[in-house]
Amino acid sequence: MTDLITPITMPKFGLAMTEGKIASWNIPPGGHVDAGQEIADIETTKITNGYESPASGTLRRQIAAEGETLPVGALLGVLADPAVSDADIDAFIAKFQADFSSDSAAPTQADHAEPVLLSVGDLTLRVQKAGQGDGTPLLFIHGFGGDLSNWMLNQNSLSTDRRTIAFDLPGHGGSSKNVGDGKPATFAATTAALLDKLDITQAHVVGHSLGGAIALELAKAFPQKVASLSLIAPAGLGQGINMDFIDGFISADRRKTLEPVLNYLVHDKTLISRKMIEDIIRFKRLDGALQSLQTIAQACFPHGQQADDLRPALTGFSGPSQIIWGADDEVLSPNDAKGLPDSITVTILPQSGHMPQLENAAAVNAAITQFVK
Amino acid sequence: MSKKSFRQAINEALRQEMQRDPRIILMGEDIAGGQGGSAGVVDAWGGVLGVTKGLYTEFGPDRVFDTPISEASYIGAAVGAAATGLRPVAELMFVDFVGCCLDQIMNQAAKFRYMFGGKARTPLVIRAMYGAGFNAAAQHSQALYPLFTHIPGLKVVIPSSPYEAKGLLIEAIRDDDPVIFLENKVMYDDEEEVPDEPYTIPFGEANLTREGDDVTIVAFGRMVNFANEAADRLEKDGISCTVIDPRTTSPLDSATILECVEETGRLVIVDESSPRCNMATDVAALVVEEAFESLKAPIRRVVPPHTPVPFATVLEKLYLPDAARIESAVRSVMAYKKTKQDA
Repeated sequence: MTDLITPITMPKFGLAMTEGKIASWNIPPGGHVDAGQEIADIETTKITNGYESPASGTLRRQIAAEGETLPVGALLGVLADPAVSDADIDAFIAKFQADFSSDSAAPTQADHAEPVLLSVGDLTLRVQKAGQGDGTPLLFIHGFGGDLSNWMLNQNSLSTDRRTIAFDLPGHGGSSKNVGDGKPATFAATTAALLDKLDITQAHVVGHSLGGAIALELAKAFPQKVASLSLIAPAGLGQGINMDFIDGFISADRRKTLEPVLNYLVHDKTLISRKMIEDIIRFKRLDGALQSLQTIAQACFPHGQQADDLRPALTGFSGPSQIIWGADDEVLSPNDAKGLPDSITVTILPQSGHMPQLENAAAVNAAITQFVK
Repeated sequence: MSKKSFRQAINEALRQEMQRDPRIILMGEDIAGGQGGSAGVVDAWGGVLGVTKGLYTEFGPDRVFDTPISEASYIGAAVGAAATGLRPVAELMFVDFVGCCLDQIMNQAAKFRYMFGGKARTPLVIRAMYGAGFNAAAQHSQALYPLFTHIPGLKVVIPSSPYEAKGLLIEAIRDDDPVIFLENKVMYDDEEEVPDEPYTIPFGEANLTREGDDVTIVAFGRMVNFANEAADRLEKDGISCTVIDPRTTSPLDSATILECVEETGRLVIVDESSPRCNMATDVAALVVEEAFESLKAPIRRVVPPHTPVPFATVLEKLYLPDAARIESAVRSVMAYKKTKQDA
């Protein structure tokens, strides 16, 4: 009967995640859950995220208690049809636990893939590679002040049948702090050089915020390298920008002053964790990081407005394009996605702020998966 | 980014700053080691606990040199070098040796900027090991940061982890005033993630390593780790603590300490230096003067007894504050009830 039993195990949200805590169970013992329904909320040091049930069934057992911290892959609960006997479920659990302890002692290499440093021109870029397969590779470009960890809930899910690449833009994360003139077109040239370095001739490009503008510049200057564009809350389609966010992100150097600034990024303010704030403060302390941010802000948002109109780049791109935007975005307005040709799919996600790829990862992942099929 | 020890973090800070600025020189006893003697081995020592190892080989005898065992002369030379344009990092080995060269620090380096009308700079860092728990006995185990904190004109830094050590040491080297940088000798093998790139942590900005509602714990240097351990245990019993690592005792981030005490109403201070006129008394005075109304219980200090640091292992263990004693101090302030209610 074991094929009717589905283990619910600690998910691996980000590549760096090794353990997680059950923040809450959303389904009571004995309750029914549909595949894709959030069965529990899982808290990591970086973020709390809903965990979608991999299958439909009755939650026969909750093995892990709320508040308990367990390694990735550990048994949280058991789903099964009501017809399965308790004895079979007990046997399944006993076998799983016996196997798990031995498995967990030998984690696979892929599970612990660390970002690598690559020389691209005279820059060093920190690059997170994942996945393999024949599918056209997929490239993620983060936004102003971000880094490759912005894709921690997306990269794994989108790596099942293709190579995926996330990287830190110059001036960000672990990459060189030399940003040149700080313009999206300059970052696009660096991005193209990174694709060359990785022997990727063409990629599906996912760009967030300023990364969306960079993706558009990439499509304009190197159209042959771009298989499709998925733009998440992209810059470049309107003039407005929340300068309280940009200026505050640059000037805030303590948790107390940075937290209200980061709150602009999300609909659900509880998502901004201590760890996330601390990581950003640590990034900003690196030599050159602050100057990089100032250069970019000055180049991209002078006089409190967006400098570059990239609508022509979007409408001029011959490949497929889609736009995903949080309805409650407080940094860039989803109204910027209006007035575009019908061929461009626009998805507005409710109850999401400027970072739907974190806040509503499942919907964003589904939209991208569908798009790059 | 990779895991680095406290020792590696300090070594990396020195190396990266020396690569950046040719005016930075290192001097101290045995910091290179061996090149003075007839059968010497180049770079044999790198300091008694290996912190400066490799730097002599990389930067050579013009920038890394062993000094005679005379603190008065080489600390004096470092003060003079700083006053005349170099940026020396002098190692005092054990901070307990400061008695031999206190005039050079207290009456010279600390006074120049003030007495020369703000026109003189003394970009000097003095690194030294401090602290008990190493069986190094009474003359090599003291935590003398209150002594330096007492002297206007000195900045005093006590890093609590490898990440903190690298960022604070680079800040110290770039600072134009004399900075006393104190390394707890028991922490050299502690490890954590430390960025490969240079970065700075500003002075006078406390770090909150835990945030809670019930009790504020202020701890210094290695004691921050014990305070975190105590806070994590107490959290399981429903007592939530804020832990403040002031990072620098001079300047002291009094604003953060007062804000946290105003939120929690209770204060425990953990300080491994001798209890009279130490940082715990200083912080207690600050809070009593500025935040008296918010206190719900007496301030508790977790400090060693007023005695030289014992050599015997069991006695040394008794001497030092630890997580268990912090935990019981927190429980006692939580249990406190006012006997006389205010009208």
